[in-house]
Amino acid sequence: MKISNEEVTYVADLSRLEFSEAETARMGEELGAVLDYVATLNAVDTTGVKATEHILNVQNVFREDEVGQSLSNEEALANAPEAESGCFKVPRVIE
Amino acid sequence: MDYTKLTLHETKQALKNGEVTSEALTQAYIDRIGAVEPKLDAYLATTFDSALEHAKAVDKAGNAGDGLAGIPYALKDNMCTKGMTTTCASKILSNFVSPYDSTVYAGLKDAGAVLLGKVNMDEFAMGSSTENSAFKTTKNPWDTTKVPGGSSGGSAVSVAADMAAFSLGSDTGGSIRQPAALCGVVGMKPTYGLVSRYGLVAFASSLDQIGPFTKDVEDCAIVLNAIAGYDHRDSTSLNVPKVDYTQDLTEGVKGKKIGVSKSFAGEGVQPEVQKAMDEAVAAYKDAGAEIVEVDFNYLDQALAAYYIIACAEASSNLARYDGVRYGVRAKEYSGLIDMYRKSRSQGFGAEVKRRIMLGTYALSSGYYDAYYKKAMQMRTLIVEDFNRIFKSCDVMLTPTTATTAFGIGEKTADPLEMYMSDLFTVPVNISGMPAISLPGGLDHEGMPIGLQLIGPALSEDRMLKAAYVLENAVSFRASAKPALD
Repeated sequence: MKISNEEVTYVADLSRLEFSEAETARMGEELGAVLDYVATLNAVDTTGVKATEHILNVQNVFREDEVGQSLSNEEALANAPEAESGCFKVPRVIE
Repeated sequence: MDYTKLTLHETKQALKNGEVTSEALTQAYIDRIGAVEPKLDAYLATTFDSALEHAKAVDKAGNAGDGLAGIPYALKDNMCTKGMTTTCASKILSNFVSPYDSTVYAGLKDAGAVLLGKVNMDEFAMGSSTENSAFKTTKNPWDTTKVPGGSSGGSAVSVAADMAAFSLGSDTGGSIRQPAALCGVVGMKPTYGLVSRYGLVAFASSLDQIGPFTKDVEDCAIVLNAIAGYDHRDSTSLNVPKVDYTQDLTEGVKGKKIGVSKSFAGEGVQPEVQKAMDEAVAAYKDAGAEIVEVDFNYLDQALAAYYIIACAEASSNLARYDGVRYGVRAKEYSGLIDMYRKSRSQGFGAEVKRRIMLGTYALSSGYYDAYYKKAMQMRTLIVEDFNRIFKSCDVMLTPTTATTAFGIGEKTADPLEMYMSDLFTVPVNISGMPAISLPGGLDHEGMPIGLQLIGPALSEDRMLKAAYVLENAVSFRASAKPALD
């Protein structure tokens, strides 16, 4: 199966990615080939099978709500492409 | 005496005896890296100055050779090391400096192990050949026209070519065991949760696990001792009693049951790989083990489920790379959404984009039940299948990979063909169980063959004992070494 160009563009938009026309067509074919292989799952009847939540028996982990050490403002911003006044700076969102 | 040629346990002995200092040992590894790195391209960053300083400090403290004190090693470049870059071999993280230490690195530092540098990988650990690195193509030391496997290719090569006494990698679908097999070293994926993932850059959180690459099985036990343990900062970390994996390592397999399955044989398995399997079975029989036939029913389905689950988790985990808080931001864009789109499209390589797309598709409205839910139901069946298998055997023996290393560029055109190289390793991650790959000989081209032992959850000690028996029977290190000089 091939994923249509429209569908590739729709999923790319959800993924915040963009592709050229040629890349879109190629992506449709490549995803289609993988999904064809994934169809081998249909050979197994999973009716009534519980979807895995945890592979091992793990419990939810709780702790007391106590203030601990965390990164300083300076450390948290050290990798930011743009920062200003102790905040991450992004392009204008509200016109 | 070239100390880089020794195993880790031999090196510990040499340090303890005072035959060599950690500083001289570290210098020997630095020289070795200088000599062979141009041919192999394993390291993304080296930390030689701090390594020598650290080694001197260990010598001064006088505990070199205790545990991992004074031992030089390498880390896959997806584990955070404060003040150093952690790039995941991606353009989008090319300038990222870790603000904190991963738990494994902090632990190794405390133990006195000496970091030589950070090694190459497939971008975000997505790949089976290390060809998806944005920075360089690592070569297999046994034949530099071939891939080292992946995604932890740099980790495997650093150990195979004596550029580190041991290294750490991460294994999401085989990324430790497959390159270990292709490079002729030992690689282990521990039980999910045995080693903390705190500070490991996430690819697929329910599958990722950190583990060691070593020159032999005893070395593997030593490194596992150092990195296994509960960590409150990883909520999936297992709070289980500490085990000394080196204890009774030589106990043997007398009376133990070794499971073999026809599913891991037949068409597609290179005849020499099958021959190594047959010889391994014979060796186990000689050692007093019982060989039992087991059925594993879901090999193809495990790979299919894996690519849905891993990509679904990756599409969510990699949403954080948006050019806002860290990483590379596109230079030109119009508005916030376009900045996200341009930064991600320019920063990610082709395979990473493909997996984000596949994962997003599988999770998108209308397809969730058909793909993601189906894969997670399949996952339940695979876990149950393994639980059934381990009622009739102690460990399972399979080839790690159906074939030995393939050529650089040979599989890059067809993503699905590349994915198939994980066929024998993926079921283990799906079920969270531990597995180890160790050398089983060489094929006619002189390329290493890998054999895999799989055990039930938290059976690392049992698996290592079985691996030790096989290692002695194969006697790989005594008979083979990549010719690089």
